[in-house]
Amino acid sequence: MQLLWLVPAIPFAGALVLLVFGAALSRKAVAIVGVGTITASALISLLIAGIYLSAPPAGGAYQQYLWLWIDVGSFRPAFALYLDALSLVMMVVVTFVSALIHLYSAEFMAGDEGYSRFFGYMNLFVASMVTLLLANNLLLLYLGWEGVGLCSYLLIGFWYREPANGRAARKAFIVTRVGDTAFSVGLFLLFRDLGTLNIQDLMQRAQTNWAVGAAAAIAAAALLLGGAVGKSAQLPLQTWLPDAMAGPTPTSALIHAATMVTAGVYLIARTHVLFALAPPVQFAVAAIGAITLLMAGCSALTQNDIKRVLAYSTISQIGYMFLALGVGAWGAAIFHFMTHAFFKALLFLAAGIVIEALHEEHNIFRMGGLYRELPIAFWVFLAGGCALSGLPLISAGYFSKDQIIWSAGASAIGGMGFWAVALVGVLLTSLYTFRLIFVVFFGEPHTPVSRRPGLAMVVPAVVLAVLSVIGGYDRGPFMSFMSKALPGFVAVPGSGVAENVSSAIAAAAFLAGLLGAWFVYLRQPSVAELLVANRAGSALHKFWFADWGMDWLYDHVFVRPVVWITWANRNDILDSIYDGIAALAALSWRGLSLTETGKLRWYAMGIAAGTVIFVAMVMFL
Amino acid sequence: MVPARDALLLAAVLFALGLAGLLVRRNVIFILMSLEIMLNAAGLAFVVAGQRWGQPDGQVVFLFILTMAAAEVSVGLALVLQLYHQYKSVDVDAASRMKG
Repeated sequence: MQLLWLVPAIPFAGALVLLVFGAALSRKAVAIVGVGTITASALISLLIAGIYLSAPPAGGAYQQYLWLWIDVGSFRPAFALYLDALSLVMMVVVTFVSALIHLYSAEFMAGDEGYSRFFGYMNLFVASMVTLLLANNLLLLYLGWEGVGLCSYLLIGFWYREPANGRAARKAFIVTRVGDTAFSVGLFLLFRDLGTLNIQDLMQRAQTNWAVGAAAAIAAAALLLGGAVGKSAQLPLQTWLPDAMAGPTPTSALIHAATMVTAGVYLIARTHVLFALAPPVQFAVAAIGAITLLMAGCSALTQNDIKRVLAYSTISQIGYMFLALGVGAWGAAIFHFMTHAFFKALLFLAAGIVIEALHEEHNIFRMGGLYRELPIAFWVFLAGGCALSGLPLISAGYFSKDQIIWSAGASAIGGMGFWAVALVGVLLTSLYTFRLIFVVFFGEPHTPVSRRPGLAMVVPAVVLAVLSVIGGYDRGPFMSFMSKALPGFVAVPGSGVAENVSSAIAAAAFLAGLLGAWFVYLRQPSVAELLVANRAGSALHKFWFADWGMDWLYDHVFVRPVVWITWANRNDILDSIYDGIAALAALSWRGLSLTETGKLRWYAMGIAAGTVIFVAMVMFL
Repeated sequence: MVPARDALLLAAVLFALGLAGLLVRRNVIFILMSLEIMLNAAGLAFVVAGQRWGQPDGQVVFLFILTMAAAEVSVGLALVLQLYHQYKSVDVDAASRMKG
């Protein structure tokens, strides 16, 4: 357990080495440092998990105090780590998936310049993410939070020669900054009212000082929710994630699918006491999740870019997690986080294999027929796709999502409306997933395969594929383990539907989606064209393709007015005051320099006149 | 005994004459001479004041003024020589290149 500090420290050391000495190291050394540090970190966290399970620490939580960070009056946040069931699960999943993705990138990025820069950023990301997960106070968590945001920005714009990538990076940074600002205001509010930022103390004091529904609790929870919404790409701040796909594929897999975007889910689970004290905000969490999962599901249906489909699917799946958090199924949300980390990382890795095999081809309609050419990519993509859409009884995604769907209907906060939305979400997920699989891997080949993946790319994908299938079988033990850190789910007796009925309906929705996709994209491809042929269909397609016009809306509501104001004020009104002072000085200089004639007698005249005036003043005033 | 009032009036008239000469004349020699007149007007005022109060200080200061005037004239004449050397003229307005 004493080794806990090494889990963030090793990747951080790796990042330092790579960013400082990276240019001097050979590619092989860079790969060894980059992959080795994360693997060591993953092994240590597995070891810690083993110790934690065999000999649970007193109270279910282990604390490691490293050093005092800031000491100002009663404000004394420390570098201290806090490990309980929640952070343990998150840490193990994050480091393990990171290690696999790093191994994958060692080969994927082999042909790119900036090899050491890439691994430096990736290591820094893992260090920040683990800091975020293990922080025992909200300020340290915020440090990690900003650290992952920075790495996300750096990696989206990794191929910086392309101006579009820089734009996407800035967009991601600015949009998440909106949420982060809300988060930081929330921190100020919490510190002012409760006098500490230590998470456990904070939760205790909140419970004793605030009544359920207190205005302060609602404000604090809403501000934290703002931060979570930004980071996790939920409505209304979801617009950055699809554009974030401009980064290298391993980045999308690690940061924008498996780990960073679930930081919001972690934040809400970590401060669940606060949300329990603010029922309207908790309802908002569920509502945001439900609306987002529907909207993103519809948008995913219309995209052509393989990575954008997966990005919308990530938004939609995190919507499920928010829904679970909102209805109080805390354990189910974390369970879905875990399975989602496996299968979504896998889908991105498989997509990366396909993209690289086809010369950076992103458009799915120019793929096709890869079933024979890239069998390994097909099988792992199929495993991931089944997990994503919830293939009944076999895949991990089914078990985790099923729990959320049932909870949405049976909870006191949720209701049949949420349950129905979650089911429609299953149908949509299944539709867009199998649309992707059928279009990419079946049908006529459109682009010849130029490159086949090597071992370093196949092994992580296969490991994740196995986990995507078997990762959901241990739901019972997982839930009881989670209940050490998070409150259990309380079903309202007699509300919602029975658990097995809900499961059966979800399975039916999955099948309907599968058949629908099969019919439209394999059996009768003309149907798809027919759907968008009429005016309403094509308008809807355009609308969904543009993510429900959100970008257009923000462009008109926020971006353009700001651009217009800067244009109108391009001469800077405030500056003109100082310009005026400068002009006045210049004017008086011009006037006074006229008196400097160079004629001696004028000077003498000036002196005499001045003397006369002064003497007159002394005498007569 | 000349009354102090009249003597001071004489000093003031001398000073005004000197100032007028300084301002009106362009010839640098005349300017220097006007300056001397002004200095002597000031010296006369000191002497008159000393006599009025029965103190020798006024005459002591006049001695200082004489010394200072001698030094000033030597520097002034040197400058006049340089001016003439440069411009072949003793007109002060010729030396007016240093202006704003």
